[in-house]
Amino acid sequence: VRPDLTVALPGLRLKNPVLVASGTFGYGREFASFYDLSRLGGIMVKGVSPEPWAGNPGVRIYETPAGLLNAIGLQNPGLQHFLQVDLPWLAQFDTAVVVNVVGHNVEDYCTVARAVSVPGVAALELNVSCPNVEGGLDFGTNPEALTRLVAAVKEVTYLPVIVKLSPNVTDVVAVAEAAVQGGADMLSLINTLVGMAIDVDTARPVLGNVTGGLSGPAVKPVALRMVWEVSAAVPVPVIGMGGIVGWRDAVEFLMAGASAVAVGSANFVNPWAAPEIVAGLEDFLARRGVARVADLVGLARRQQPWQS
Amino acid sequence: VRPRLARWRVLKVEAVGAMVELTAAVPGEEEPWPGQFYDLACPGDWRLRRPMSYFRRAPGTMSFLFRVVGEGTRRLAGLTPGEDLEVLGPLGRGFPLTAQGPHVLVGGGSGVPPLWDLARRLEGQVTVWIGGRGAADVAAADLFPGLAEVQVVTEDGSRGLKGLVTEALPREGTFYACGPVGMLRAVATHAQRSGQKAYLALEAIMGCGFGACLGCTVPLAHPDPRQGAYGRYARVCLEGPVFPAEEVVL
Repeated sequence: VRPDLTVALPGLRLKNPVLVASGTFGYGREFASFYDLSRLGGIMVKGVSPEPWAGNPGVRIYETPAGLLNAIGLQNPGLQHFLQVDLPWLAQFDTAVVVNVVGHNVEDYCTVARAVSVPGVAALELNVSCPNVEGGLDFGTNPEALTRLVAAVKEVTYLPVIVKLSPNVTDVVAVAEAAVQGGADMLSLINTLVGMAIDVDTARPVLGNVTGGLSGPAVKPVALRMVWEVSAAVPVPVIGMGGIVGWRDAVEFLMAGASAVAVGSANFVNPWAAPEIVAGLEDFLARRGVARVADLVGLARRQQPWQS
Repeated sequence: VRPRLARWRVLKVEAVGAMVELTAAVPGEEEPWPGQFYDLACPGDWRLRRPMSYFRRAPGTMSFLFRVVGEGTRRLAGLTPGEDLEVLGPLGRGFPLTAQGPHVLVGGGSGVPPLWDLARRLEGQVTVWIGGRGAADVAAADLFPGLAEVQVVTEDGSRGLKGLVTEALPREGTFYACGPVGMLRAVATHAQRSGQKAYLALEAIMGCGFGACLGCTVPLAHPDPRQGAYGRYARVCLEGPVFPAEEVVL
């Protein structure tokens, strides 16, 4: 008997718990030449803003030990392009399309959320935690503003709303609770950690934007700890991400309390990372005699140790 | 050509002046276009891939020529014969091969590799101009195929002409350049002044190498207004790395 990989989330059913993280996968096109995107639990597409955004000038990406800094600046072709070109193209795949919504203010978020509430979209993910655009991080670090934003978005959509949390806060649980208070159906975490690098030959910051978001294996312990804390504190499911490179990382996030996971920077180094993690996870469950992937969720917190 | 993931066996790693040439056995048909690149996996713990134009090709083998500048290139230079080299590619768009001669190829610093196969594939008169600080930077000049004329220019005069390679170029010809941004700008200006066409192979730090991350962008001189602000930048990895000089802002 093959293990049951399906994940039942509020208003969202995934064929498996492995999604790809927004901003690392475009709208899927580049990866479709590598594998069938229907193998994914879901695709969290690149952030969509009401109008096209140019992104940041200068150096946008820089490697640091076991990770990378990025300051792309949410370059995206805008809402109309997404609706007319990308979403119809994505319809050929049997996978959940999660639209990552970005904006400078409440109105921007509501404009996109309303317009993408159409067949073919499975859920919304509010990007309230991008460190590389003005205003992007504000909602993610201010609990009162976040509650109002989520409530406003919930008014204009029938889709389940995921709020993507920033790790760049003193108390991530307080922000998580604020999102839930606004009506968030799920939370995803973490977005990138704000960091920087300096070129010693020029004595200038490397990134054109000066600071950028750190991702990759370097952030995994931080992400895991935050998933552990948030999943224990809020009544809604959590999607865990941050430095997942292989199936073991995914299992750690599930055991910490995530109901599903997303693969981000790993897609750059190994374009097949996400489907390989699906296969590795299935093998792991079969090997350990676990019937359903849902049985792993929060396992690290249970009183009774796992029979191994 | 659709990019593929392949494991090639390392045949040798040799110093070429201040650079390192990594040669691998390439099974089957591998037909990259001059100017295209491969994304090389760094051995060891998690690192981004390193995008590199291929250098020399022969039936069953291919090489990469690079300078050791950081951890990734250090690890690649540390590969030993018999080990695997994991590559993703070929990636990007290369040089056009349709122009009439004479062809003027200009390589500076680490920008020499894509010119080797280009010199071999172009028809008509080909001159390769290689510039560097000193003799150790231009050692790859000795490895070019016999049919191309090779000219060397060094800043310290330790080999060939003394000065900057961009000051020694002929007026006539189609220009193909790869090297530091300052050199590319000079080649573009030089070609424009004499009313000639120039194609530039850009270097960029890349996240993925296949168009997904938008990390390696370059501003376009004439953005498509239909794309709005989104069209301000092109991806070096996908729309490039080779661009007509007049299309990009360096």
